[in-house]
Amino acid sequence: MTSGPLHEYTIGSIRAALLAKKFSAEELTQQALAYAEAENPKTNAYLTLSPERALNAARAVDARIAKGEDPGALAGVPVAVKDVIVTRGLRTTCGSKLLAKYVPPYDATAVIRLEQAGGIIIGKTNCDEFAMGSSNENSAFGPVRNPVALDRVPGGSSGGSAAVVAQDTAVVSLGSDTGGSIRQPASFCGITGVTPTYGRVSRYGLTAFASSLDHIGPFGKSTRDAATLLKVIAGRDDMDATSAAAPVPDYMAALDGSVKGLKIGLPREYFDGLASGTSDRIMAAVEVLRGLGAEIVDIHLPHTAYAIAAYYIICTAEASANLARYDGVRYTTRSAEAHTLSEMYRMTRDEGFGDECKRRIMLGAYVLSAGYYDAYYLKAQRVRNLITRDFTQAFEQVNAIVAPVSPFPAFKLGEKVNDPVSMYLSDIYTITGSLAGIPCMSVPCGHTAENLPVGLQILTKHFDETTMFRVAHAYETASN
Amino acid sequence: MKITEQEVRRVADLANLALREDEVTRMAHDLDEILKHIDKLNELDTSDVEPMAQVLFDAEETATLREDRERSPLSNADAVANAPVTSGGYYKVPKVIER
Repeated sequence: MTSGPLHEYTIGSIRAALLAKKFSAEELTQQALAYAEAENPKTNAYLTLSPERALNAARAVDARIAKGEDPGALAGVPVAVKDVIVTRGLRTTCGSKLLAKYVPPYDATAVIRLEQAGGIIIGKTNCDEFAMGSSNENSAFGPVRNPVALDRVPGGSSGGSAAVVAQDTAVVSLGSDTGGSIRQPASFCGITGVTPTYGRVSRYGLTAFASSLDHIGPFGKSTRDAATLLKVIAGRDDMDATSAAAPVPDYMAALDGSVKGLKIGLPREYFDGLASGTSDRIMAAVEVLRGLGAEIVDIHLPHTAYAIAAYYIICTAEASANLARYDGVRYTTRSAEAHTLSEMYRMTRDEGFGDECKRRIMLGAYVLSAGYYDAYYLKAQRVRNLITRDFTQAFEQVNAIVAPVSPFPAFKLGEKVNDPVSMYLSDIYTITGSLAGIPCMSVPCGHTAENLPVGLQILTKHFDETTMFRVAHAYETASN
Repeated sequence: MKITEQEVRRVADLANLALREDEVTRMAHDLDEILKHIDKLNELDTSDVEPMAQVLFDAEETATLREDRERSPLSNADAVANAPVTSGGYYKVPKVIER
């Protein structure tokens, strides 16, 4: 495994070292950038490094420390940002050929908040094109390799953001999750990834894929680091009308709480057809939680089997509308062959979008088209309601739910690229929580016989990230 | 077949995608596979279930709008900086009304 300059550093230990003057933020940033540049060819996880922006931010942190000011909750911490989240003056490609030269004129709210807290953005990470994919093989800039096993995928769509944390080329990172795009790569790369409650983090500056399902969330090597980053970026933002006004609790205070007496639900539907290597690790984690005093309760989420069908109607319908803006007028690319207005739209999009984006735009346009709207789109929204009710009813009995993240560990590059349906079906355990908009996360829970990481998923009710983090931290502490 | 190549061409038209002939064939196959899976939803009776368009839409925490205040917008130069073709601070496109 790696032993670069960031290995074993946490948000807390970087802060302590900076305040004790063991090194400056500028020194750490320089080392992190050099290491990221040297290691990146192994995984292709970064699409762009941002040395100038990073060193300026680091010098600002050092100046605050020199003046005796609080340098912020993320002081000097090297952070990577998924390339669907816009950064002013820093190329943001969304993993698409169409946006290969796009330089956004503004920063996402999450980016502003993490930089205000002293975080150092050292680069933008590779991802599936417009966050559509489960393996990071849909990037126009080539796939990302899993740092744990270089012949395997890191998961997707936030594969780059998971890989950089696993590879120690960043301490924490931001990803986005629409149907599992944070939790699944976190599980494949053996790190922690959090999808907060829908609306907990502003989507302002997150390139829209499926607006009713899109979330920004953190990756880290521990629950503590991921929770610290979430606390910084969470909370109401006037620039996103769907961002929630609910107060953001002090997650750190909650981490050390006991799980004794907590009721934790085990949904039977999530264990059908699960590979035994994964199932064994999940059940071992359940026994750890039972040993800590949690009460394990069998529960049912009866509409689970319908989640993928509902999801692929809703997300593609929303995507077909959201991606209409890439029409050759405003976003950097226009087909050189186009002479009329209609050719400009059609040819720019045909040349610019990859296969998966086209498939989803087509499916979305189809399910929304005259004669199909009620049968597909409205039907899917009704089923979404049933899936959400399953969770509401379950949380009347239990405080948290634990489940697998993915039916299998990281698969080989190329293994599923020619079978879109099989790729879609691999998202079965993450899509349910996305449709309901509840907080869910992936915590590492050991390895399969092939030494591939397995992730334990923890889900709680809307806005109860606190209980989710408590369960995750208790498990993490007991299993270390 | 749930979807024909002719329907694929019609939808590509709606979506402003100029699919090549080989793409039409492959798209018809892929969409057919996906639509077959989606048929599963018809097993459920949802006649008395409300459609859910948005998470927590009615919750007090989210049903809020910002104060309507004057803010400075993007500058004209910033707004058109990424456009492939501009002219005098405007986006330039091929003729909209063709003779």
